[in-house]
Formats: sequence, C-alpha cells, structure tokens
Amino acid sequence: MNRLGPSLVTRWVIGIVVGAFFAIPLISTFLYTLRQTDGSLGFERWAALFDPTKSAAIKPIWMGLGNSLILAAVTVAIVLLLLAPTMILVNLRFAKLKPLFEFAVLLPISIPAIVLVVGLAPIYLQIGRAFGTGTWTLAFAYGITVLPFAYRSIQASIDAADLRTLAEAARSLGASWPTVVLRVLAPNLRQGLLAASLISIAVVLGEFTIASLLNRQVFQTAMVVVQKQDPYAPAIFTLLALLFVFLLLLLIGRVARGTGKARS
Amino acid sequence: MTLPQTADNMLLAEAGEGTRVQLQSIVKSYSGTTVLHGVDLDIAPGEFVSLLGPSGCGKTTLLRVLAGLEGLDSGAVLLDGGDVSRVPTNKRDIGMVFQSYSLFPHLRVAENTAFGLRRRGIGKSEAAKRALDALALVGLSDFADRYPHQLSGGQQQRVALARALVTEPKVLLLDEPLSALDAKVRVQLRDEIRRIQLRLGITTVFVTHDQEEALAVSDRIAVMNSGRIEQIGTPEQLYTTPSTAGVAAFVGLSSVVSGVAEGDHVVVWGQRLPLQSPADGPVDVYLRPENVHFASEADAATDALVQESTFLGSMRRTLVRTESGELVRLQHSPGIHPAFGDRVRIAVAPEPVAVHPRG
Repeated sequence: MNRLGPSLVTRWVIGIVVGAFFAIPLISTFLYTLRQTDGSLGFERWAALFDPTKSAAIKPIWMGLGNSLILAAVTVAIVLLLLAPTMILVNLRFAKLKPLFEFAVLLPISIPAIVLVVGLAPIYLQIGRAFGTGTWTLAFAYGITVLPFAYRSIQASIDAADLRTLAEAARSLGASWPTVVLRVLAPNLRQGLLAASLISIAVVLGEFTIASLLNRQVFQTAMVVVQKQDPYAPAIFTLLALLFVFLLLLLIGRVARGTGKARS
Repeated sequence: MTLPQTADNMLLAEAGEGTRVQLQSIVKSYSGTTVLHGVDLDIAPGEFVSLLGPSGCGKTTLLRVLAGLEGLDSGAVLLDGGDVSRVPTNKRDIGMVFQSYSLFPHLRVAENTAFGLRRRGIGKSEAAKRALDALALVGLSDFADRYPHQLSGGQQQRVALARALVTEPKVLLLDEPLSALDAKVRVQLRDEIRRIQLRLGITTVFVTHDQEEALAVSDRIAVMNSGRIEQIGTPEQLYTTPSTAGVAAFVGLSSVVSGVAEGDHVVVWGQRLPLQSPADGPVDVYLRPENVHFASEADAATDALVQESTFLGSMRRTLVRTESGELVRLQHSPGIHPAFGDRVRIAVAPEPVAVHPRG
C-alpha cells in the first residue's frame, strides 16, 4: 500500500461525500418522477411516456431525441473522417504545425457558447442557403464544440502508438497511404477513436445553448419546451439521458481496459 | 531470389543475384543544415555494407534516403541502374527493419509477416503459407499465432526480419535493428542476419554505431562522419589501414601518437616500426591496443602513467598517458592489474603500422 496515500477511512469519507454530491440530485429527481398527485409513489408517469394516448404531449422530446441522434452521427462522422485523418497528417508530416493545430482545436473550450453562436450566425446564413435549414446542419457547429474533447482522446492514442515507425514500416512493405491509415494506424488508434466518438455523442446529447440560439429543435431544447406543460417527462428523460451517458462512459472504460490488457 | 520453402531445405537454397545499389552525390539538408554532403556509394549485388559512424553523422538519413522515407535535395538513388529517386517508398521494393520494434500490435505474428505479400495482391492462403516459411527461416514458425506483445525483443526483431524478407525485396535495409536488444541476443541475431543474408544473397545495407557489429558481419564498411563517407573498405582494410584519425579512433580503438617517418619505417618512442606504405616527415601513427605492451627498463620504450584499467574477461584494457602527454590504449593479460597512477613502461610490437601526415 502507498504510505503517502490517504488512509482507508479518508478514502471512504471522500468516496461517500463525492458519491452523495452526485447521487442526491439524481435520487431526488427520480423520487420526483415517482411522486403521484396524492403523495404516493408509483411508475405511472414512466409508463405514460410509452402510452400512445398521451404521446402528443411529449412528441417534441422524441423528435428532439431523433434530431440529436442524427446530429451525433454526423458529428462523429466529422470527428472520424475529418479530425482524425488531419491529426494523423499533422503528427506524421507536419509536426511543426502541431502546437498551432493544438491551439486551434482547444480554442472552442475557452469560447462561451453565446460568443460562438454570434460568430456562427452569419455562417449559418450561408449554410442555410447551401444545405437548407435542417437540424442536421447544427453538426457543423457541434463538430467545432467537440474538437477539444475528441482531440485529447485521439492524441492520447497517437502519443501511445509509435505512428511514424508503424507508417514507415507499412510503407516499406508496399502499403499505399490509404492502406496505412485504414489497416495499420486506425486499428492502433481504435481506443482513442472510440472514446472520441462516445464523448462526441455525450456532448451532442447534452448541448442546449447553440441549438436554442440558432432556433433548432434538439433533445435539450425539446425538454425545455415540454417542461412548460409537463415537468415530469423532462425529468424522466434527463435521468434516461444520464443513464445513457453513464453507459457510454462505462463502455469507454471497458474498451480502454480491454486495449490495455491486449498490449500489456 | 526465391525464399526456401522450409527451414531445412533452406540450407540448400541458392543465393540470388542481388541488386546493385548506387547512391550518387546525395545531398540532403534540414532547415538549412546540410546533413549529407554529396555522398557516393556503390554497393555490389548481394553485398553486405554497413554504414558505421557516431550519432548524428548522417548514416540513418542516408539509409532513409535510400528507402525513400526522406526526399533528397540533389543526387540520385539507383537500383540496378534504374533511377528510383522520385519513386515512393511503397513502390521501391525494399525490405526494412527498424530500431524500434515496428511490428503492427493489432496483428498476429503470421498476419504481420504476410502484410507485405497481401499488399502485393497475393491471395490469403498463399500469403499465409509463405509467411510461415519466412517465420521458419528465423526459427519462429511456432509463434505464428501470437501477438507481438507476447514476444521478447529479440523474437520481435526476428519477425520484423522475416516480414522484411518474405516479399523478396531488392534490398534489405537494417536501421540499427540490434540497438534495443541485450548483449547476448544482439550477437545471436547479428550472426543470424548475416547467415540469412549470405544464403539469400540479398543486397543489404546495415546502419550501426557499433564497430564490433560492423566488423563482424560486413563485406564492406563505410565509415561516416559529419555527413560524409570518410573511408569505405573491407573490415580488414579499415582496421589495419585507417585513412584518417577519425576512422582509426572509431574502428578498433586505435591510439594516435606522433612519430617521424623515414621511408619504409617510422620512429616512435625511439623504436623503429615498419610502415604499411612509405612516408617521410612528421606523421600521426595509429597504434592498435593489441600491438602495445608493457616493457622492461632495458627495452626501447617510453614511460607512462596508468589512467584506468578495465577487466574484459579474457583480457584487460589499460589506458596510459605517456611522458609527452599522449593517451595510449594497450591490451594485455588479465593477470596484470595496473592501478591508477602506476608508473609503467610501454613499447610497440614491430608490426607494420599505418600513418597519416601530421597537419
């Protein structure tokens, strides 16, 4: 045991306090969704979500969820097809540009969403003319907001793998660049690419400000709309979304452990 | 060249004809700093040439230029007379083994070995069969289903060697492949590389900073310094007749002392030593450690102070400083134990020595 680390009791206390910090709001929200008008607890409101006769009230949430999932898919595509190859290119061929590139991709984390929207608004006028005003076009903005998170995940994998030697070995064996990227580099960056994808999904599902200010209906904006008529349904969806993100994080951890075991 | 079908009948395999490699006036610079100054090198088909030199001398850059992993500012790379200077790496038909274990971590040993064959459009079953043959060549056919992380460093480099050879490349390039291995495995793999190279007859360029490695396996050695080839020759030529003090110091730990040449002999410490080639006037004399020995008071010799003495198993190597301030290494029986500061007399065996005009 590490003698410099905290004692068992201290660790338990820290664990309980931090656990309570996260658990109390969730449990409270859960109990709130169970509370009936007569004060008793029951699952009627959960069951009502799937009741066709009552579906009209929460229809915007289902629609918003659908839009958010489409956005998540397009955003993940941007991360995998644009960001990841660019990062590989920068790391292999343009190493001198790496600090500048890193600065650029980490920038969105320091820019408030409202400022980002002010900058994006005129661009979205052009996007609207070129691609229409479909909700999926928000993915261009989300592609920017997820950059810092996706970048860190992928870069960690790149740093762990000796990309240059792998690429040069593959080239010396006769592989073309697409083959090098798809058959050699991507499998060795699998953990980072998966983590970047899952984090992107989590960010997209939780994003509200940009969608609201650009007047698009996504999962979060829909919940605000529905909350005005039915405060319980958004609470239930919030719990479900949190559960979904929690499962995503578990999946990331599992993949990370799996990859670690395979290489140890 | 054809890879043998099994490790056993490999012994009967006929060496191929190999490929002639020519590097002509290669100039390469990075950010305005020239690292290769018009290097010329002509390697005969089937020859094993080592690029030897200290870190930063340009040997790895030269190998990478040959592989196409680095572009060149001017000059030409020719394989069998054909200019491949502008041909990308994947079209040059080379095999390369890197210093770091460059196996693909996500592929099994057999898949790693078959990678190059698959890229050449060879079917899966044929590629798998030939990969197994190549693994047999390096004695690892039982490890085909393992992942690289399940192998030792030496085994990984063996697989890398099999992977580089299985495509029957025109040239085999070895970029310090033994540097990361422990001493015993280094020697084993070094000898194995040479054995396989001789049997396959493949033209091989081997980059190393270890003169013992280069001397042990090469047909010829090119000693590089500051982006230039200082001398190229057989190991024996480099060892016995170094053309510069740099080569003498790097190959065989020669000591450089001053002497006066007088036609067919040179006078060092009052001793007359025969010369390998005639010279006159003040010269630098290259003395091999094995040619310097302790002497008695009566001998023509010089006094010196012991600086350090190292036990090397079957022998001991001692560094002394002569009265004129020259540092001289001598090799002697491990039974003699000179200590720091001991006053000794040293002399040179009357063997022909190499000299270089002082200047």
